Amino acid sequence: MYEAKNAQFPATSTDEADYMDLRSQPRIHESIIKGFLIFSGVISILTTVGIVVFLGQEALRFFTDPQVSLVEFFTGTVWQPQIYKFGILPLLSATVMSSLIAMGLAIPIGLSVAIYLSEYASQRIRSIIKPSLEILAGIPTVVLGFFALTFMTPLLRSILGNDVVQIYNVFSAGVVMGILILPLISSMTEDALHAVPNTLREGAYGLGATKLEVSTQVVLPAAISGIAAAIILGISRAIGEAMIVAIAAGAGPNFTINPFEAAETMTGHIVRISGGDISYDSLDYNSLFAIALMLFLFTLTLNILSQRIIRRFREVYE
Amino acid sequence: MNLGIHLDTTVNQTIIEEIKEPDIIHAIEAKDLNVFYGDFLAVREVDLVIQAQKITALIGPSGCGKSTVLRSFNRMNDLIPTARTTGEVLFHGKNIYKEGVDPVEVRKRIGMVFQKPNPFPKSIYENIAWGVHINGFKGSKSDMDNLIEQTLRSAALWDEVKDKLHDSGLSLSGGQQQRLCIARTIAIRPDIILMDEPCSALDPISTLKIEELMRDLSEEYTIIIVTHNMQQAARVSEFTAFFSLTENRAGVLMEYGLTIQLFTNPKNKITEDYITGRFG
Repeated sequence: MYEAKNAQFPATSTDEADYMDLRSQPRIHESIIKGFLIFSGVISILTTVGIVVFLGQEALRFFTDPQVSLVEFFTGTVWQPQIYKFGILPLLSATVMSSLIAMGLAIPIGLSVAIYLSEYASQRIRSIIKPSLEILAGIPTVVLGFFALTFMTPLLRSILGNDVVQIYNVFSAGVVMGILILPLISSMTEDALHAVPNTLREGAYGLGATKLEVSTQVVLPAAISGIAAAIILGISRAIGEAMIVAIAAGAGPNFTINPFEAAETMTGHIVRISGGDISYDSLDYNSLFAIALMLFLFTLTLNILSQRIIRRFREVYE
Repeated sequence: MNLGIHLDTTVNQTIIEEIKEPDIIHAIEAKDLNVFYGDFLAVREVDLVIQAQKITALIGPSGCGKSTVLRSFNRMNDLIPTARTTGEVLFHGKNIYKEGVDPVEVRKRIGMVFQKPNPFPKSIYENIAWGVHINGFKGSKSDMDNLIEQTLRSAALWDEVKDKLHDSGLSLSGGQQQRLCIARTIAIRPDIILMDEPCSALDPISTLKIEELMRDLSEEYTIIIVTHNMQQAARVSEFTAFFSLTENRAGVLMEYGLTIQLFTNPKNKITEDYITGRFG
């Protein structure tokens, strides 16, 4: 096919009129592929818009119901749809608490792993640690949920006592969520550290800096926006994570700041209620969309924030 | 190959003549220095005595190992995992490649300025203060302020930055950034300043400013500069070392002596060809 076309080429070039025919040619392959690519792009936009509209509509139905007060929704400390108590604080507090625990574990360990891999580890050690982190990132969350319930919780109970730690508790779920987020934070942070130009490290070494001084006082601050973006994405992942908390954190809203008690997060609540028998278009049903909308707004804000930070970070070194 | 060996002896004679003069002090000396990258011999059997408080230029064609030699003077090559060095580099009579010598301690005394200006993403003030702090500075805030003013004045940068000391170092122009990098190096008062093509990323006016600065600094510091620019070597340096390549691409020292002699009356055909622009 290709050769045949080539063979025609000298023939056309000898004929001046043909050779100078510069009109645009129909290129069917190009058009089809271009059309497909546009279609794919449009689908992703439409999906997002569709979800937002749908969420907004259903949530609006909830918020306009006479039984619901917006003030109570944001300030109430009881979430009991059966008696028309819709205060989101118990769900929110569990979400915030589990995310804080997860980040409290994932940020320091994730950063340490990243600094080690980027600045200290030899090629050989990197080739062992990086794949194991990738495997960790690939574990299904349902498995991690059971890991929290059947390993982390018994461990905690044996250390702190059965009367302190409940069978379902936010702490185990938070810790395991931290394990889930760890690879995300460490690999994004490592990318950010890697993007710091080597000339900067040499400059610091040239002043008689030690490896620790170079890593923590020059490279880390230079990569700070990339690291901040990694942390924000990690938080957003923790807030949106459902399976681990649904399995291990508890099944019932509980307004508490004790992480060893059972409490239900926003995502956990949605999983449990939508899995049960719930009548369509009831207030109960609509309330799920109100929670989902809150979640969506949270993670959207965080993602936009991280995008902004990443963009700033690129401007510095490219 | 024979040519190289023959030349080495003439070089040594020149060096010996210099050493005989009583007022000349050695800053640093390479003895039978070889640097390998993996199996590749990048620099072969270099013997070079650098005079204190003078500017010495290392010149030669691309890939002749002049930067490698420069980086071996403060063990910067240690940062390249495959690099290996044999022979000696004597600093105050001590071999800095001897076992037990800490490269960090060497670099505190032998500073370096790089090809591309590389200020830290910190303020102008912090760019200088950081190096001073990690080198064990114990003074007060006003001591530090004084030191920074003094340093910036020595680097001919004070008047341009005195009103924006807390702006980012990256906000400066390329030439100013490079002078900031020189400032942060002299702030820790090294014996020797190594400069690896410090002007290659700068415009001609900034280049002249840096050259002027180098001449000022050479009253106090020993400066070794690698440069691609022969006019620059001729303008600023008192001594010049010319490196070239052997047929298996190892860098060797071809000729070394007073810059004026090397440029006006080279002893060696290859040197002459290079400085008259016939190759390189």
